[in-house]
Amino acid sequence: MKLELRGITKRFGSLTANDSINLVVESGEIHSLLGENGAGKSTLMNVLYGLYTADEGEILLDGVAHKFSGPGDAMAAGIGMVHQHFMLIPVFTVAENVVLGNEPTGALGTLNLDVARARVREISDRFGFDIDPDALVEDLPVGAQQRVEIIKALARDAKVLVLDEPTAVLTPQETDELMEIMRGLAKSGTSIVFITHKLREVQAVADTITVIRLGKVVGEAKPTESAADLASMMVGRAVDLEVHKNAPVLGDKGLTVTNLTVVGDRHDKVVDDVSFTVHGGEVLAIAGVQGNGQTELAEALVGLRGVSSGTIHLGELDITASSVREVIDAGVGYVPEDRKKDGLVAEFSIAENLMLNKSFGAPFAKGALIDFANRDRIADELIEEYDIRTPGRDTPAGKLSGGNQQKVVVARELSRDLNLFIASQPTRGVDVGSIEFIHERIIQTRDAGKPVVIISTELDEVAGLADRIAVMYRGRIVGIVDATTSRETLGQMMAGVSA
Amino acid sequence: MSTETENRFQTALKEIFSTSATRTVLSVFLGFVVGAIFMVFSNEDVLKAAQYFTARPMDTIAASWSAIADGYSALFRGAIYNYERADDPVAAFRPITETLRFAAPLIAAGLGIALGFRVGLFNIGGNGQLMFGVLWATWISTRVELPFGIHLVVAILMAILGAALLGALVGFLKARTGAHEVIVTIMLNYIAANLLTYFFREESLLRETGGGGTPKSDAPAITAQLPKLLGEDYTLHLGFALAIIAVVVYWWLMERSTIGYRFRMVGHNPHAARTAGINVERTYMYAMAASAAFVGIAAANQALGATSGLSPSVDAGIGFDGITVALLGGSTAPGVLMAGLLFGAFKAGSAPMQVMGLSPEVLGIVQGSIVLFIAAPPLVRAIFRLPKPQKTTVLKDLVKRSSKGEEK
Amino acid sequence: MKTEVTPGMFSQAEIAVSKKTPIVMAGFTAIVLVFFGILGTGDVVVWQFTKPDDTFALPDFTVASNTIGLIIGVVLAAITAYAFVLVSQKKHPALWLSLVFGLLAVIALLSWLAAGNKVQFAFILSNAIVLAIPIALGAMAGIMSERVGVVNIAIEGQLLTGAFLAAVVGSLTDNLWVGLLAAMVGAALLSMVLATFSIKFLVDQIIVGVVLNVLVLGVTNFLYSQWLANDGKNANFPGTFPIIEIPVLSEIPILGPALFENRITTYLAFLIIPALWFFLFKTKLGLRARAVGEHPLAADTVGINVARTRFWWVTIGGMVAGLGGAALTIGSVGAFGRDMSGGQGFIALAVVILGRWHPFSAGAAALLFGFAIILRIWANQVSPGIPTDFITMVPYVVTLIAVVGFVGRVRAPAADGQPYIKG
Repeated sequence: MKLELRGITKRFGSLTANDSINLVVESGEIHSLLGENGAGKSTLMNVLYGLYTADEGEILLDGVAHKFSGPGDAMAAGIGMVHQHFMLIPVFTVAENVVLGNEPTGALGTLNLDVARARVREISDRFGFDIDPDALVEDLPVGAQQRVEIIKALARDAKVLVLDEPTAVLTPQETDELMEIMRGLAKSGTSIVFITHKLREVQAVADTITVIRLGKVVGEAKPTESAADLASMMVGRAVDLEVHKNAPVLGDKGLTVTNLTVVGDRHDKVVDDVSFTVHGGEVLAIAGVQGNGQTELAEALVGLRGVSSGTIHLGELDITASSVREVIDAGVGYVPEDRKKDGLVAEFSIAENLMLNKSFGAPFAKGALIDFANRDRIADELIEEYDIRTPGRDTPAGKLSGGNQQKVVVARELSRDLNLFIASQPTRGVDVGSIEFIHERIIQTRDAGKPVVIISTELDEVAGLADRIAVMYRGRIVGIVDATTSRETLGQMMAGVSA
Repeated sequence: MSTETENRFQTALKEIFSTSATRTVLSVFLGFVVGAIFMVFSNEDVLKAAQYFTARPMDTIAASWSAIADGYSALFRGAIYNYERADDPVAAFRPITETLRFAAPLIAAGLGIALGFRVGLFNIGGNGQLMFGVLWATWISTRVELPFGIHLVVAILMAILGAALLGALVGFLKARTGAHEVIVTIMLNYIAANLLTYFFREESLLRETGGGGTPKSDAPAITAQLPKLLGEDYTLHLGFALAIIAVVVYWWLMERSTIGYRFRMVGHNPHAARTAGINVERTYMYAMAASAAFVGIAAANQALGATSGLSPSVDAGIGFDGITVALLGGSTAPGVLMAGLLFGAFKAGSAPMQVMGLSPEVLGIVQGSIVLFIAAPPLVRAIFRLPKPQKTTVLKDLVKRSSKGEEK
Repeated sequence: MKTEVTPGMFSQAEIAVSKKTPIVMAGFTAIVLVFFGILGTGDVVVWQFTKPDDTFALPDFTVASNTIGLIIGVVLAAITAYAFVLVSQKKHPALWLSLVFGLLAVIALLSWLAAGNKVQFAFILSNAIVLAIPIALGAMAGIMSERVGVVNIAIEGQLLTGAFLAAVVGSLTDNLWVGLLAAMVGAALLSMVLATFSIKFLVDQIIVGVVLNVLVLGVTNFLYSQWLANDGKNANFPGTFPIIEIPVLSEIPILGPALFENRITTYLAFLIIPALWFFLFKTKLGLRARAVGEHPLAADTVGINVARTRFWWVTIGGMVAGLGGAALTIGSVGAFGRDMSGGQGFIALAVVILGRWHPFSAGAAALLFGFAIILRIWANQVSPGIPTDFITMVPYVVTLIAVVGFVGRVRAPAADGQPYIKG
């Protein structure tokens, strides 16, 4: 099916997220929509999927104009979507999820789950997915959940399939498999819109590329174009993809983790007998596919999660059983992976957010009172120093863009006297300008002789920042390798193959 | 006038009308309108006149007007100034002092519930905490002999401590087991009420000396009664001063202190608070205790402001009224003070309305309607065609620039 | 803390089984053994299982009060020991074990209370059921709205509305069926306010619920004292639905009279509870409703109208609560009284959680409260010396223990209480 978007404009209040966007996707084509975080890709696709109503413009399928007042209309017209955050009900089975909204029924509206199961099996077999229709979705690994999403779209006879950042949760191998599936689908006539900000994937799979920046189409490109060219189109200026840094000057042992085991909420060892050391002046990156225990490792290091066995030492200081506050007082800076949930209080002003973990003593507290003069002075200084774009220190943090929010968190954590800096997904959902700034700051911290731990699922980021890379798989560290290790080796390690 | 300045003027006007203060005033007004409607439709004269409405419509309208006027003028005489007794200044000014007396426990309880709201806790158990505080205070005031001065102080502290302990228990259970505070506080309300009744029923515990079968306590000892503020002509007692002190303490705690800052942090985002090194569970416990401690000041008012024995209905529903006070007051110190005074006036004005043969329960409707309108800003905006809350365009432009492309 | 970790990926750590259940059991066992057994009186208790005029009369059972206490105490001790053994073997004690334990403990309690008197079992059971009906229906309303993600604190107001309208409309029209209809429609309208405010205006659901309760209490109090109190003959004298005996079934010993000699409101509740289970778990509409309560955005992306689903489930839930309110007046005593629901809506709220958002479990939990209410009345009659305040407290304490000890972290519908804001 041929998809055509003409002059799509979508405004949120005074913000124009999509500005008269034109897009043509030919039948059986893999069309990549490339743009950085916040460029308006997801908004455009939500318009296409009927979740948002466009203010202007029209959607044509095989030349016929359609108006979607909800996702139901879009699905009926043959559009399927695999969302970045899966739209699955965790407590439902695969079959229930697949037929939801389109249920086969018997008398009295009773569910006929046998039909649903058969449908799941049929599609699953056709593409070799190996999915049990009666499994609870919450019990499936992330890769399998994504396949359920694809089955869900195909079960509704999708002729146009939109995949929104589908590789974020996959290993390089799983990514390759997904690309195979995409090619297969395209061959059978399905048109595919592939949304991503990863140049490498675009080059590998796309037939055509449309680049979006600040809500506008800035041009079309062929997958044969160089990564640097694509990147500069995406960002609007020449981008230096390299992180510049000198060779590390190793100091004393900063962080020593010995045989650390952390038991998760479901009694599984989410961190399983992990040991590593980080010296002052070096960056250790912890790589791995999302959900292999990195989050829990970071939480254990900062005291947010209890440790079952093993030890954590900061220099000579044992912080294994320390509370979060004790860890903070010991000089550990921490940028959590989900800044909106764990890093900021959206309703608080920037000034209030900059003292979030420092309210117990000087300079922010004077006895039992907040020292407002100091708070405001420090806020102004940090806003200046960290280039936080805001109308003022009293603006609620929730009103800032992702990049500026992240700068608030980084500013708060780096403006203390640190003995260790831990950053989890430091640049997730952040614009390229802020990424460069944050990377620079991380390297500065390392060059100041501090031990730094970076947890990231982005191999490019890992390779750029790290001096050494530890790869985690199913709670264990598969190996700790040099930063120059090839992507292929790292990819295999992320799938559990020891180096 | 150029269009530019005109626009600016309009923007300013819009901003004024979209503020919460305006909305609050309009909500109160609407609440009185709803009350008036009920008064009109339950008035016999109006209903009689309405039977010949088509013949003489003015009769119905006049009757309606007089029903409303009678009702609200009785409220005014009961709550603010009794102009019918203008000859006797003591009697004429007594209503406003009654309002203050009734307002005191409402303000204190309102502050307690408001504190909970600010920390993200819904303390629906004000009534139980109040009764628990009353229980302790009554023990001190009727069963313990202490010197003048000290007796009162100890009794007040016990009221606060008793309530705070029950609050802390809720916080503890929530922190330890994750039990939802709404369910726990509802259950504790019943438990505390029955416990108080039991204590008032048992001779060996708190029952009135020589009393009969009905559960009732002795009057608090003279040394433990809250002293009158304006001499013996008025019943207004020290409890109101306690409430005012509570307002100041609440403001200081929530707006100025680091503890309040952490309370608010936990209220907005417990995850971020935990990551920032705050012990969220313990904060819930402290916050519930602090919330209940304010309710304890209401308990002191009820237990020690009395000059005769207490019955198990000593709570007078203040723990629940505190919820509406907190909501109306927007959980801020000055807001709760004003809301407490308003609802105190309702209580004071009830008696004269009763005398007029008008059920004072209409004030319950007014009270409920006001809070309903407060809780639903879009409704008030729709009724008065007010603009949506607006920020200045300067701010908006800047935000737009800084959050360009921010996707939902 | 929620993480994106998927199970089956990691090696399993050893699981420690909580000792809560056996510890609580040990506490109750001690009470039964010491107070009801060792310190209990030797006065005889007569257990009457049937009324003398029943078709199949069972013989009475007579035994000394403390003997029952001792025997049951020993059995309870055995069950407790078994639970400890299970826990030490890292197994969870089954639910039926707790149920048997509870049942035996209750029998011991009744035998203790009725020392020197009779336990009219049929009387207690049938009254417990009748008294449980408003709570159960209120809880069904709560389940219906919470399953789609709207917290319904306004059950109390809905019960009160239903009770008021059923009595007044039934009285004015002299037709109880019209009264019943008015109760359901009135409570549904109240639900619509809750739904509109929380779904359309995105007002905090708990706050709207509380405010609606205040409002309904104010309105009914006002109308009661201004109108019903003066014009009771005309406006508040509805009478009650007749008791219908279902042939054959009502003659089953013990259970027959309790279950099949009831008013229409009770029978409707018997139908609604399984019907709700069927709709929630076996039909398309139920699947969609649960999807909306778990993950509204996901439901939206498959074309389910979240706002509409929430609106109608909450509204129809209101009708069910209205029926529960009617059960308080025309399904029981007839006339309306001030604040007649007396907090039963809040109890229903607790029942929803105790019943883990499941119609059958909630129905059972409601029965517990019905039993507690009749227990208080009955205890007052058979042994006036007992401090009834404590008996009154029992269900609340039991709920507290249950919520704190066993269902504290029970999983509510994931989107319960969260507004759904569409882009």
